[in-house]
Amino acid sequence: MKHTLTPQRYLILLAVMLTASVGDTLLSHGMAQVGPVSLAHLGLLLAAMKNPWVVAGILCLLGFFASYLTALSWADLTFVLPSTAFGYVVVALLSKFWLHETVSPYRWAGILLIVCGVGFVANGPSLTPHPAPADDAT
Amino acid sequence: MTIASPIETWATILTVAATAVAGDVLTAGAMRRIGDLDHIRAHSGLAGAVKAVTTSPMFLLGVLAMATSFFALLFTLSNVDVSLAAPASASLTFLGNAFAAKLFLKENVDRRRWLAALFVCAGVFLLSK
Repeated sequence: MKHTLTPQRYLILLAVMLTASVGDTLLSHGMAQVGPVSLAHLGLLLAAMKNPWVVAGILCLLGFFASYLTALSWADLTFVLPSTAFGYVVVALLSKFWLHETVSPYRWAGILLIVCGVGFVANGPSLTPHPAPADDAT
Repeated sequence: MTIASPIETWATILTVAATAVAGDVLTAGAMRRIGDLDHIRAHSGLAGAVKAVTTSPMFLLGVLAMATSFFALLFTLSNVDVSLAAPASASLTFLGNAFAAKLFLKENVDRRRWLAALFVCAGVFLLSK
């Protein structure tokens, strides 16, 4: 039995890709402003919640979580996860063509590897067929 | 910016990856038990879908693991260069998830999916170079 996805489900996967990488970028920017957090000053992590970049990052990651859970309800973890990595490729391409940053040969190699990896799973079935959950389901 | 020793660096990165894998596998397992969210939403609306998810103990445990991973990542990012911490923990999470999905979720991780996990793992790491 081969499981294929409808266009609407590909849109959900697209949301998974974009919100994860944008959210991570926002968080990383925010934490750079907050500064180093040590074990002795863990309270600074709470203070980080007041940084607008961190808040925007968290909101983005909430959107990611909703679409990620939806995807996991109809596809395998090992199918959904490689597509999340595709978001890194989007960010690298955006930084090259929008922000005009230099993308090193290593990065291009990384982009190529991720695209191949996503291609491997995208061609296969999205869900492992399991017998209907029996009495262990709660 | 790296101010942690190599042992501290890798211990925090491993903590981020291990808790992320636990969170992913628990939430994926919970979603498999709950069933197709599109169907649930069609039957009992968005509120029904939200209720089905948030009342699953396995899901809540997964969220706890993810939250731990999130704070571990914030902690790591403040002590270790983002160019090492982010791709290293992400790469390890991809590999760990392939193992854990096969072991715990009984997913059919065939050669194609192993290759995908390895390619993505290496690719994510190269992106930071």
